[in-house]
Amino acid sequence: MSYSTLKDVEEFTTVQSSHDRPNTLTSGHRGCQGCGEALGARCAIDAAHRETNGKIIVVNATGCLEVFTCYFPENSWNVPWLHSLFGNAPAVATGVAAALRRQGRDDVRVIAQGGDGSTFDIGMGCLSGMFDRNDDVLYICYDNQAYMNTGVQRSGATPPLARTATTLPNKSYMGSDSQTGKNVPKIAMAHGIPYIATASIANIPDLEEKVRRAIGIHGARYVHIHVPCPLGWGYPTSETIKIARLAIQCGLFPLFEAEHGKQVRSTQIEDLIPVEEYLRSQKRFAHLFGKNAPADAIGVLQNIANSNIELYRLSGGILNA
Amino acid sequence: MLYQLEGSQAIAKAVVLCRPGVVCAYPITPQTHIVEGIGELIRSGDLSEGEFINVESEMAALSVAIGSQATGVRSYTATSSQGLLYMMEAVYNASGMELPIVMTLGNRTIGAPINIWNDHSDAMAARDAGWIMLFAETNQEALDLHIQAFKIAEKMLCPTMICVDGFILTHAYERVDIPFQEEVDEFLPPYVPNIYMDERNPIAVGAMVSPEYFMEVRYLAHRKQTDALEIISLVSDEFKRQFSRDSGGLLRKYHTDNAKTVVIAMGSVSGTIKDVVDELNASGEMFGVVSLVSYRPFPSAALRMVLKNVAKVIVVEKAFALGIGGFLSQEVELALKDIDVRVISVVAGIGGRSITRNLLKECFLKRTHEQITFLGLKEDIAAEKYTSLKLHYLGGMI
Repeated sequence: MSYSTLKDVEEFTTVQSSHDRPNTLTSGHRGCQGCGEALGARCAIDAAHRETNGKIIVVNATGCLEVFTCYFPENSWNVPWLHSLFGNAPAVATGVAAALRRQGRDDVRVIAQGGDGSTFDIGMGCLSGMFDRNDDVLYICYDNQAYMNTGVQRSGATPPLARTATTLPNKSYMGSDSQTGKNVPKIAMAHGIPYIATASIANIPDLEEKVRRAIGIHGARYVHIHVPCPLGWGYPTSETIKIARLAIQCGLFPLFEAEHGKQVRSTQIEDLIPVEEYLRSQKRFAHLFGKNAPADAIGVLQNIANSNIELYRLSGGILNA
Repeated sequence: MLYQLEGSQAIAKAVVLCRPGVVCAYPITPQTHIVEGIGELIRSGDLSEGEFINVESEMAALSVAIGSQATGVRSYTATSSQGLLYMMEAVYNASGMELPIVMTLGNRTIGAPINIWNDHSDAMAARDAGWIMLFAETNQEALDLHIQAFKIAEKMLCPTMICVDGFILTHAYERVDIPFQEEVDEFLPPYVPNIYMDERNPIAVGAMVSPEYFMEVRYLAHRKQTDALEIISLVSDEFKRQFSRDSGGLLRKYHTDNAKTVVIAMGSVSGTIKDVVDELNASGEMFGVVSLVSYRPFPSAALRMVLKNVAKVIVVEKAFALGIGGFLSQEVELALKDIDVRVISVVAGIGGRSITRNLLKECFLKRTHEQITFLGLKEDIAAEKYTSLKLHYLGGMI
């Protein structure tokens, strides 16, 4: 089931609130304070661990999550964990799944995970290949909308007009190139794979439920988790969950599920807010509110939110741009 | 059992006899027939326990093999040329992670200009990647080397690349002796990994290593390579005992005992060279041939033993480093630096240019040599184009 009201959420106890949570990603890793990705990964892999009684193997793409959890001779993972390269995690996971099939260990489930850089950009070919073959792999993308590990450069997941180190705004340039946008959940849907979900660290019970559902299905699955980054987005480290929630509430990050290429469920927005409230909370959009800001800048992002609300049926009402 | 087979088919049969659990396939000329052949053999039941995975790129081909090998299953793939370059990041990764993957490299040059024909430029691009690299002279040896390769790789925990000349071997029909399954099973036991991805014993593979430890990692990889020299010889000896055939090892000698000049080469061209040397020796010359099987690790000591009394060494090499010269001749020179011998570089067969007996004979008999000889270079075209090129980059200066 999906969680559309706070009451629904309260009916479920999260893995994280349990005293015997698996702690697949232990404390003491080198993630930044307030890191959304560390929280998302721990919740997702813990949920998968509990659902499978610990029978999981995790393949990790290069990126923040890999770097801050495996600095030799330390290691923060309590699961079998394999890191190869930046762009090949889906293919490595395909190999792990094939080997398990060969060994008659099909009860062990394979997860590949990476950030938006490895998922949207450098690993897109391998991801599409894994989807196309319907390999028995759950791929989890932790989306913080830029290359954070290398110092906040634009990725295919960076929203229009956001400031990054490679899209610094100036008098004649308003940040991140005008773009059509790359929507990987939709690309995954176009492959017709059995299960796709988007999730957020602002709604952990929903995130866990989606991972739980995904890990039980055979074939290629994709879970896309929105994980704000205090360093890259420019907000206080205590605000990560709040920022994630605002992204959902304004419609910029839709929560939905799809099966075999068709949307089957979506989470209704309870108190729809204008995107401005979300944008104002982060320094990466500060230039949209300065005196040089063009009048239509915020409208561009509001339009994206509006079309999300319509496409994913997130709300009864749409705010005017 | 004797068969008349295309090289690629012989290799496909050899690979299947080694019972890999996972085979990754992506087409590239001239390697494609190998994975096609393996796919057919798997589907027709010759290797019912094999997973044959059609991937979307060479990067994925080797990456899938990395995943399956790390999970404890014998894994194989094949590539050529641009494909090797496209997967190069994973090539280094596989050796760094000590995964004993076996890969066939159907040797082909590298573009641009695009060219599908044979030389060794692709293999040279991977020469420092930490793989064991063995060159086959004939299709029989290509077949035998694949059987040995899995054993060497798994003993050394080092990925192993079998280099076979594109078209000249991969597409040539030759008589090959294919062993029976029981014989190969006796030679090559099932793969038992020491450590692998196992939920009952969770380990992390692929950690980030800081300057405090990294140099030791690379040092140990080098020691592993030099130790592999002995293992390659031992596996070749064992192969000979069981199959009564000389195949593999570090290098093969041909009339080197009393030779004044020794020609060194890798791969199929050694056959042509031996024919030329036979002809020359029949008329009183004293030539010998060393055909190098193990390129990585480089058998420096074995080469010194063979060449200690030789006056001249001619290295016939199918690749060269732009701006300096032949790879192989530089390495031979390094190996022979304490011996008083002249090393001559003959770059031949680039981009599939024919290496004829006449060209070789003429070259071997020369008393004086250029620093690098480009065998069969069309001097007139080269000179004309060189003049116009020079005019272009010197602008108005001349």
